[in-house]
Amino acid sequence: MTVSILHRVTGSGMATVGTLLLVWWLAAIAGGPQSYAVFHMVFAEFGKGALGYIFGVGLTLSFFQHMASGIRHFILDTGAGYELNSAKRAAMATFVFSVLATIAFWAFLLGAK
Amino acid sequence: MRGGTELGRVRGLGSAKAGAHHWLTHRITAASNLFLMLWFVIVIARLPAYDYGTVRPWLASAWVAVPMILLIVSVFWHFRLGLQVVIEDYVHAETRVALMFLLNFFVVATSAIAIFSILKVAFTAAAGVPA
Ligand code: HEM
Ligand code: HEM
Repeated sequence: MTVSILHRVTGSGMATVGTLLLVWWLAAIAGGPQSYAVFHMVFAEFGKGALGYIFGVGLTLSFFQHMASGIRHFILDTGAGYELNSAKRAAMATFVFSVLATIAFWAFLLGAK
Repeated sequence: MRGGTELGRVRGLGSAKAGAHHWLTHRITAASNLFLMLWFVIVIARLPAYDYGTVRPWLASAWVAVPMILLIVSVFWHFRLGLQVVIEDYVHAETRVALMFLLNFFVVATSAIAIFSILKVAFTAAAGVPA
């Protein structure tokens, strides 16, 4: 239950907030140094990049959760995995996966700089 | 239109013949999203920095600009179909029509801006960094 409503929440969240941020970022790059400076100010400089971390972590966590439950959908569509215990375990696995993948992503991103 | 119950009015008409296509396209774009979004997450994490001087020449490269355009098409199409289902589940009648209009407007406008931006950066790369 929780997994399927989360699929909807994360998908809708990425489709609105994520889309606006991605388009803003691309348009800022295309707009030149001054327009990029505004984007950089808001997400990387303001409050030591607080907004960048809030939106960045929110979107990566949403993505990995949506990806995991999306793959689970593919498997359920084949008609497998409906037995209660395996359905529960797979649901649990999507949470474990999305949290670990988000931690790995940010550890790599920050560690590499 | 003839009155009667909702079921009575649609009985015998058959399906609108668009449901299976919607469902299938949603799955196909889910699969292409999987590859393109994983690519995106990896290349973003691997960027050495996020300042203008790094990001602009990076986006100008064909190896980034082309997958990026494919990502816009795949992801935006996918969420266009997805949000339609969400809207159909929760809103009805006139509000639904208005929201569907807004959704189409949103997806066309944002993808046009995104693709234009990518192409602009890619096609002006040789001319250096324009103001
Ligand atoms: C951290 C990584 C993961 C681990 C350790 C893991 C482990 C497991 C285990 C132990 C089962 C039980 C199999 C059974 O009931 O016999 C299972 C089932 C399943 N997992 Fe995963 N899993 C992982 C990630 C995922 C992800 C990312 C997905 C997709 C979103 C997924 C989808 C499923 C599905 C659909 C089943 C049920 C299959 C069935 O019983 O027919 N798993 N997984
Ligand atoms: C790894 C990449 C992705 C995969 C595998 C995936 C998979 C799926 C699947 C299988 C569905 C259908 C669920 C259903 O029929 O109930 C779905 C729905 C949806 N997806 Fe994705 N998706 C991915 C990426 C994205 C992205 C990046 C966005 C947004 C920008 C997004 C937005 C949505 C939305 C809004 C829905 C509709 C949710 C609903 O009806 O409850 N997806 N996704």
